[in-house]
Amino acid sequence: MSSTRRHLGAVAAAVMAVSLVAACGSDDEPAADGGSPGGDGGDEQVTISVSNLPPATESATREAFLARVEEFEAANPNITVEPSEYEWDVTTFAAQLAGGTLPTTFEFPFTDGQAMIERGQLVDITAEVQALPYADSFNPSVLEVAQDDSGSIFAVPTTAYGMGLHYNRAMFEQAGLDPDTPPASWAEVREYADAIAEATGQAGFAQMSQNNTGGWILTTLTYALGGRMEDGSGDDVTATLDNDGTKAALELLRQLRWEDDAMGDNFLFDWGTINQAFAAGQVGMYIGGSDVYNSLVTENGIDPDSYGLTVLPLEGGDAGVLGGGTIVGVRPDASEAERDAAVKWIDFFYMSKLTQQDAALADAEALVATDAPLGTPALPIFGAEQLAESDAWVADLVNVPLEQMMPFKESILDQPLVPEPPVRAQDLYAELDAVVQAVLTDENADIEALLETANGNVSSLVEAG
Amino acid sequence: MSATIRWVRGGGLSTLLLLLPLLLVFGYFAWFPIGRAVVMSFQETNLVADPAWVGLDNFRQVLDDPLFWTSVRNTFFFTGLALLFGYPVPLVLAVVMSELRRGKGLYSGLAYLPVVVPPVVAVLLWRFFYDASQTGVFNTIFGWVGLGPFAWIQDASSAMPSLVLQATWANAGATVLIYLAALTAVRGDLYDAAEVDGAGLWRKIGHVTLPQLRGVLLITLILQVIATFQVFTEPYLMTNGGPQNATVTVLLQIYNYAFRFGDYGAATALSVLLALFLAVMSAVYFRLTRSWSTT
Repeated sequence: MSSTRRHLGAVAAAVMAVSLVAACGSDDEPAADGGSPGGDGGDEQVTISVSNLPPATESATREAFLARVEEFEAANPNITVEPSEYEWDVTTFAAQLAGGTLPTTFEFPFTDGQAMIERGQLVDITAEVQALPYADSFNPSVLEVAQDDSGSIFAVPTTAYGMGLHYNRAMFEQAGLDPDTPPASWAEVREYADAIAEATGQAGFAQMSQNNTGGWILTTLTYALGGRMEDGSGDDVTATLDNDGTKAALELLRQLRWEDDAMGDNFLFDWGTINQAFAAGQVGMYIGGSDVYNSLVTENGIDPDSYGLTVLPLEGGDAGVLGGGTIVGVRPDASEAERDAAVKWIDFFYMSKLTQQDAALADAEALVATDAPLGTPALPIFGAEQLAESDAWVADLVNVPLEQMMPFKESILDQPLVPEPPVRAQDLYAELDAVVQAVLTDENADIEALLETANGNVSSLVEAG
Repeated sequence: MSATIRWVRGGGLSTLLLLLPLLLVFGYFAWFPIGRAVVMSFQETNLVADPAWVGLDNFRQVLDDPLFWTSVRNTFFFTGLALLFGYPVPLVLAVVMSELRRGKGLYSGLAYLPVVVPPVVAVLLWRFFYDASQTGVFNTIFGWVGLGPFAWIQDASSAMPSLVLQATWANAGATVLIYLAALTAVRGDLYDAAEVDGAGLWRKIGHVTLPQLRGVLLITLILQVIATFQVFTEPYLMTNGGPQNATVTVLLQIYNYAFRFGDYGAATALSVLLALFLAVMSAVYFRLTRSWSTT
C-alpha cells in the first residue's frame, strides 16, 4: 500500500514538473520573436503594435483612436495595427523592452531622448523619416532632440513646448496683484511671491527638486539668466555647472526661501506633486512646461478660471528658454518592414494632425468630445507659420482659457529656444537635485562650494562619455 | 546498481520528483535571476543587444561614485537608528503584553495593525502627517504642548530619524508577535522558582525571560539588520533620497542605477556588493554568537 502511494506520488510530481516546464516554455516563445513577424519591407504582411490607446474610461477618444487605426489599415492593407494602452515610463521601459512587451512605436519625452539613443534603445529610422514629404521642414532645434551626433534620426518629434511660469490668478487677486499683468522680471517674481505668501499663507513660489526635476528646472532658470550647463559640442563638451547663471538662479532661490520666506514649507516636490499642490491652490507660481495645463485639468481637476501662464523673464546676454515635448520612437529590434510600417503610422497618426486640416479637425473634435483640453500653447514642430495655420484650423473648438495664457502665447516665439545639455543630461539633473535641495533646506548652504562639487562630479561623467 | 535500486525503493526518486516543482520554481524565479545578476555585474547591457563584457568596470564605477559612501553611511545610520528604536520596542511591548491578565488579544491585534496596512499606503500617510507647516498633523499635535513646528522630512538632519520612526511603527507588530509566541514557551515554573528566591519583576525579566528568549533574540536581530540594510520603500516614497542626499540608501542607489539611469551593470554590481557584505556579516555574526545560541 505504501509502495503504491509512493509511486502515485512520483507520477503526480512528474506531471506537475513537466507541466511547469511546459508553462515556462510556452511563455518564452512569443517573447523570443518580439510578438510580431519580421520582414524585409515591401508589401508583405506586417504587424506593429502602437502605444497610447486611450483607456476605456475615455470612450470618445478611444473610439476616435480605433477609428484612426481602421482608417490606417484600410489605407495600408499589408499592415496590421495592434493598439496598446502602454504609456512610456522610464522605470519600466527597459524591462518591457527586454521582455518583448513594448509596443513597436511609443511616445516619450524630449528629456530622455539622448540617453535612450546613447543606450541603443531606439532604432535608426533616418531613411524612413527622410522619405517623408516634410522631412526638410522640421524645426532643426526640435529635431535635434531625436538625433545623435552624426545627425542620424531615431525618433520623430510630435509636440513641443517651451518652459513657462504658471501662476494662480485667484491667489494673485488675493494678494492685490493684477492677474493680467504677470511678473516680467525675476525681481518682480520675487516681489509677487512675497506678496502672495504674505496674503495667503501659502507658497508664493515653489520649485521642483526630486527625480531629476530639481536639476531640470534649475537648468531652465539658468538659461533664463543667461547661463549654460555645458559648453561645446560633439566629443568636446565640458560641464559648466558653476556658471554665473546657475549661481544667480540659486541665489534667487535662496532669497525667495530664506530672506522672503515665500516658498512655503514643502521643498521635496517633483512634477506630479507640484502640479497637485498648484491645482489645490497651495502654490502661487512655479516653472514648468507650457503643456502642463493639460495634466492639471485631466489629473488634478484645476479650476480653469484660476490658471495663468506667462513666459519666463529672460535676463542676461545669452538668455533663452528651455524647450521640451514628445517624440515617438521605434523599438530597437524592429525589422525593416516593422520600421517602415511604424514610420507610416507615425506619419499618419501624429504628423497629419499638424499638416492636414481634416485630420487636425477630427483629432480636435475627439478631444473636445471628452472634455480633454484643446488649444494649450505649443511650440512649432516645423515653423511658426505652419503652427499658426494648424492652430487656425481648430480655433473654433479651443476649450482652454486661452486668454489667460496669452502673455505666454504672444511672447514665446520671440524667445530663443535652447536645447537640453547635450551630454548626460539626466545625470546632471540628478546631481543638481541635491544642490537645489541644499539651498532650499539649509540656510547656510554654500552655493559656490555646492556647484564646485557638482561640477566636478558631472565633469567626470561627461569625460567618460 | 543495487544502491540506486535501494535509493529508488527507499523513496528517494519520489522525494526528488515531489521536490522537483519547488526546485524548478525556485530555480527559475530566484536562483536563475541571482545568477544572471552576478553575470550582468560584469557586463554592459541595454537588455536588447548582446551584452559586452567589461570586467570589473561596473564595480569601479559604483565604488567611485560620490554617492556610494553617502549611501553606505546613510544605510548604516538607518540600521543603527532602527536597531536603537526598533529592536527594544517590540521586546518591551511583548513582555508587557505577556504580563497582562486581560485584553492580551486586543493589544496584540493593535500592535499588529500597522503591519496590515499596505506599506505604500502607510508611508504616504506618514508623509502627509510629516507636513512641515504649522498646520501639519504632527506639528499641530506638538503645537498643543508648545513644541515645534518641526521640519521632519524637509530637513537633512531630521529626515532619516523621521523615516526610522515610521519604519519602527510599521514593522514592530510582526516582531511583537514572534516574541509573544516565544514567551509562551518560557516555563512558568522558572518564574515560580525565581519568585520563591525573592526575585522582583526586573530580575525575573533579566534572569529568566531574556535568557530564555536569547535564541529568538539572536535571530530577530540578524533578520532586522539584514532587512534594514535593504531599506527602500521608506526613502523611495517619503523623500526619494533627499533632502541633499540625506536619505539615499544603498538599495535606493541600486534602484536609481537601474530604473532612473538604465545602467543595469552598475545596479547589479552594487547588488552583488551588498549581498556579499550581508553574507559575510551574517557569517561573522553567527560565529561570534555561537556560544550564546540555544541551537
